[in-house]
Amino acid sequence: MNDPYEEEGAPGGVVKKFMYINRRAPYGTIYALEGLEVALVGAAFEQDVSMVFIDDGVFQLKKEQDTIETGMKNFSPTYRALEMYDVEKLYVEKESLEARGLSEDDLLVPVQVLEATALAELIDTQDVVLNF
Amino acid sequence: MKIALLITEGPYTHQAADSAYQFAKSALAKGHEIIRVFFYHDGVNVGTRLTTPPQDDRNITRMWQELAAEFSLDLVVCVAAAQRRGIVDTDEQKRHGKDANNLADGFRISGLGQLVESGILADRLVSFGD
Repeated sequence: MNDPYEEEGAPGGVVKKFMYINRRAPYGTIYALEGLEVALVGAAFEQDVSMVFIDDGVFQLKKEQDTIETGMKNFSPTYRALEMYDVEKLYVEKESLEARGLSEDDLLVPVQVLEATALAELIDTQDVVLNF
Repeated sequence: MKIALLITEGPYTHQAADSAYQFAKSALAKGHEIIRVFFYHDGVNVGTRLTTPPQDDRNITRMWQELAAEFSLDLVVCVAAAQRRGIVDTDEQKRHGKDANNLADGFRISGLGQLVESGILADRLVSFGD
């Protein structure tokens, strides 16, 4: 990859807790895709990263996405690559799954399912929170 | 306090760029430091040189340019988001063989790393979006 904008390592050795909250469906808007790009590029900075999926964001992790008829790229395999970028902490909100008739078995990566109150506590512990 | 700003929506369609501007202005007046303003998703459209808003309305791009000039702000437009949306500087024009460039003065195009870095360096990263 010939990226003139590449940076590496934790600046000054500072490691912060970064949380990326994903609330939108994978297709229909670009927030899911561009949000994922932040997580991937950000991995080079070796921070303590968590990704959270709430509301329609839980659909981003759904197995068997078939986008052929839409002409859009199915980027869901990228979520399996997160692990290789040291983004291993993936959380899904329990209420969001249930409201959408989904369970952990429907998801293409291992996640920790948390209730909203537990998630709120987790968010509280973070240094930097971004919403997509 | 060191503050970094993230703007994730485009000018006029959303109020994000205005709200961020008002916030930045107030923070600077209180003696805080704005270490970077990062434009992502449609926010990159704030960085166009070609905007012509109605005469009786605010010029959002110029507001940011003037604030940046006065306080030496680092206005960064995300390269990937800019490529998608056609916000191009002279380097990107050459790199991708485009017949024009349109990045407004005072803005620079750079990678998402600049956003993550700003989160690390700042005491607070404040987002303005939808």
